[in-house]
Amino acid sequence: MAILSKEEAKKILEKVISLSKADGCSVTLNGNDRGNIRYARNSVSTAGENSNIVLGVQSYYGKKSGSATINEFDDASLEKVVRRSEELAKLAPENPEFMDPLPQQNYGPDSKTFSEATANITPDFRAQAAADSINPAAAKDVTAAGYLEDSRGFSCMMTSKGLYAYNKATSVDFTVTMRSNDGTGSGWAAADLNDVSKLNAADISKIAIDKALMSRNAKAIEPGKYTVILEPSAGADLIRLMLNMNARQADEGRSFLSKKGGGTKLGEKLVDERVNIYTDPWSEDVPASPWSGDGLARKKMDLIRNGAVANLIYDRYWATQKNVEAVPFPGNAIMDGGSASLEDMIKDTKKGILVTRFWYIRPVDPQTLLYTGLTRDGTFYIENGKIKHPIKNFRFNESPIIMLNNLETLGQQKRAVTSEGGTNVYIPYMKIRDFTFSSLSDAV
Amino acid sequence: MKRRDFVQLAGLGIGGMLLPFSTLGNPVPVEAMLDSPLDTSQKKQLADVALNTAKAAGATYADIRIGRYLNQFITTRENKVQNLVNTESFGAGIRVIANGTWGFAATNLVTADGIRKATQQAVAIAKANSKFQKEPVRLAPVKGHGEVTWKTPIQKNAFEVPVSEKTDLLLKANAAALQNGASFVNSNLFQINEQKYFASTEGSYIDQDIHRIWPTFTVSAIDRASGKFKTRDALSAPMGMGYEYMIPKAEDKVKGIAGTMLYRNSYDIVEDAAIAAKQAKEMITTAKSVEPGKYDLVLEPNHLGLTIHESVGHPLELDRILGYEANYAGTSFASLEKLKSGNFKYGSNLVNIFADKQQPGSLGAVGYDDEGVKSRRWDLIKDGIFVNVQAIRDQVHMLGQNESHGCCYSQSWSDVQFQRMPNVSLAPGKDPYSPEQMIKDVEKGIYIAGRGSFSIDQQRYNFQFGGTVFYEIKNGQIAGMLNDVAYQSNTQEFWNSCAKICDEKDYRLFGSFFDGKGQPSQVSAVSHGSATTRFNGVNVINTGRTI
Repeated sequence: MAILSKEEAKKILEKVISLSKADGCSVTLNGNDRGNIRYARNSVSTAGENSNIVLGVQSYYGKKSGSATINEFDDASLEKVVRRSEELAKLAPENPEFMDPLPQQNYGPDSKTFSEATANITPDFRAQAAADSINPAAAKDVTAAGYLEDSRGFSCMMTSKGLYAYNKATSVDFTVTMRSNDGTGSGWAAADLNDVSKLNAADISKIAIDKALMSRNAKAIEPGKYTVILEPSAGADLIRLMLNMNARQADEGRSFLSKKGGGTKLGEKLVDERVNIYTDPWSEDVPASPWSGDGLARKKMDLIRNGAVANLIYDRYWATQKNVEAVPFPGNAIMDGGSASLEDMIKDTKKGILVTRFWYIRPVDPQTLLYTGLTRDGTFYIENGKIKHPIKNFRFNESPIIMLNNLETLGQQKRAVTSEGGTNVYIPYMKIRDFTFSSLSDAV
Repeated sequence: MKRRDFVQLAGLGIGGMLLPFSTLGNPVPVEAMLDSPLDTSQKKQLADVALNTAKAAGATYADIRIGRYLNQFITTRENKVQNLVNTESFGAGIRVIANGTWGFAATNLVTADGIRKATQQAVAIAKANSKFQKEPVRLAPVKGHGEVTWKTPIQKNAFEVPVSEKTDLLLKANAAALQNGASFVNSNLFQINEQKYFASTEGSYIDQDIHRIWPTFTVSAIDRASGKFKTRDALSAPMGMGYEYMIPKAEDKVKGIAGTMLYRNSYDIVEDAAIAAKQAKEMITTAKSVEPGKYDLVLEPNHLGLTIHESVGHPLELDRILGYEANYAGTSFASLEKLKSGNFKYGSNLVNIFADKQQPGSLGAVGYDDEGVKSRRWDLIKDGIFVNVQAIRDQVHMLGQNESHGCCYSQSWSDVQFQRMPNVSLAPGKDPYSPEQMIKDVEKGIYIAGRGSFSIDQQRYNFQFGGTVFYEIKNGQIAGMLNDVAYQSNTQEFWNSCAKICDEKDYRLFGSFFDGKGQPSQVSAVSHGSATTRFNGVNVINTGRTI
């Protein structure tokens, strides 16, 4: 219902632009339908749907700008939202960092962010996904808690300088936690997809059940530095923290990318030279919109190449200050991997720890990108190439920069679901040496 | 329009004339922003549409929340106003029980027709989900309150204060920081007004007007030669108050350690910014890196509040304990077995922790919760023993109780309400005792003020906290500023190491303005009161690294 086609949306935006009496304006239109189901204690707890569509107008006079929004689209309402933004702009304080709207950009082909199958998800589909999780759990003396959320939507923007950008996208996020009924084991698995036809809720639930059963009666081992194998979710929980490669903060001396004596680490080696991270909106595995919120065209671009900082992100204002091209915030990140499977990596490990995911990850020191957090829902001790036994969870104090300097092996890649949000990433299983675990947790 | 009109308008949110009130024929003219968009009799009429539609469709219970949510966020850096965001959201959320199962739907069409359709959708969702429901929902009884109102007792509505007055104040604080040696300063002012109307088939029609405010900043000091930088955040607290919090009063100032100023019911942002700049400079010049080991910690209320929030507030949420949050935030070590034993020693005998939804100035203060239960106060930990939890209407029967604690909240009309943390506070000590006396009594310790990094596991055993400023205590004296401090402990061990609590003269509120929980995630705001408190022999680690 909320999905307008490229042409339908364009007509509304053109009408809005034609009403402008300011020096110029930018108009955005975003619509979204969402549905979700949540279950816990092997029973559905909540479910719902909502729909929203919002038109935003930013008008400007010189360096003064004002914004207004509306969710009605008759002629009188469109006129009112434009006039309102103009009145606000006239009386707003000057913002020396205000940038005139962009002219038309070249966005290249559409990216594969939209799937018809996802757009057609019904409440019955969601209920079935919950049943596919709850029924096998009950059969294994395990309790399921999970959440499925799907969304279909579009976003577009137009400027008085002739820019028109449009993208439509769908997503489905499914996470499930299985806890053994004796309270000693917990397992988690998840999927984050654009195309729901690739989702198999029963398979994902089985992984979580297996982990819950495998992780029962975990043993405590001493905290310290260990070799770890990070599943893609665990790896992504930390890798996402280094993706805010903001040039301005680095130039200002308040970033992990600032250099001693001034300047930034652009071009300098930061991590192991086998690390390559790039962004590509047209990725098949983790597609992203080909334009960013400010209308800039996204490109396929290196972030880290052979361990060195390949690009920094410049907003339009900072780019003019530094006389460089603006670089939009990436919509995704892809990290090159290797050919080793998880089984190969375990087989190849004398002594180490397999981590399913991390939790409650918080910054400790922005200078070194030191973070703390804990392992959760499946942490296992590896000895002589085999998973030996489950271990109690650990708190870590570690920096993704230090971690990627201690890289041992890159394995196969996977689209990862992070525990606490962030950019969509496609990254490999990683083996890391000397990962710092600083204390034990009794949490299951 | 004159500038004065602009600031008034901007102060009231930009979307006022644009709301889809088709019951009234057309969008409301901007002047109507000064009033409520619908009067209570119109809201009551619309509410009755939902309640009657739900009953006719077979629901055994229904409630509706018609909400108007105003937010104004101001962002500045150094001498620039970077952003001024005014948002307004208006709509209705309807929750029903049909076939013993919850259903919820929301709509921004606040018309009889829009509400009727959303109600029918909520009932349909409830019926569809009832196929998977194992136990029917059981609601604790609640008395119908009839038509009642409640309002945060503010003195000055922040939304009526001209924006220019607010931006001038933030820029003045920024200037004070820069004059005192800051390299950069970012400051923000968040203001929220929830105008919510609740009605249920139990016979309540409740109109509430809730206000919250949070001024804050981050001052950065940078040494380009060494490449080092340090930040110092504001020592303000978000409050359930109006703009009066921004007008400093001498009686609200509490002298802290080493020139730090702490604040009670009003805040001096300009003064704190100047002190912050000096302290940030000290961090990159003379402060020592901490020696890891065991220390006695002296924790100031604006720091301890977050520790209370994470290690007492969250673990005592009944939905977590029961497993409803297992897939996201987690469960809790504080099991019902421990509660029922009646002898679980959560903390030392000095530890008395209570929940209170009525505390003046607190973020969680309301007259009624979002399912029409009157707010109240109750004990969670009494003389160190775990005695109660936080619950809502469909949960208390699992405790063998028959009265809801009134902890139901939703961040907006479009999200379903669920159990959220009330204000949870540590009672002050009964004997006269000041922070100065406390420091005198410590041989080897660290004084910590302000919130910092925080992380705790999914069952709330193991935590690690940082802070805003740290001072070493040696033989009863402050021995200088420390860097790289974080303490790690286990909840039960930590609260049992509580050795002394200052008296009520030192009692103040800390607040968490954007506390996240649930799927889809919702934010709520909650305060935690305490007086400066001493914890013995806590493990301190050094967080300094090189990359």
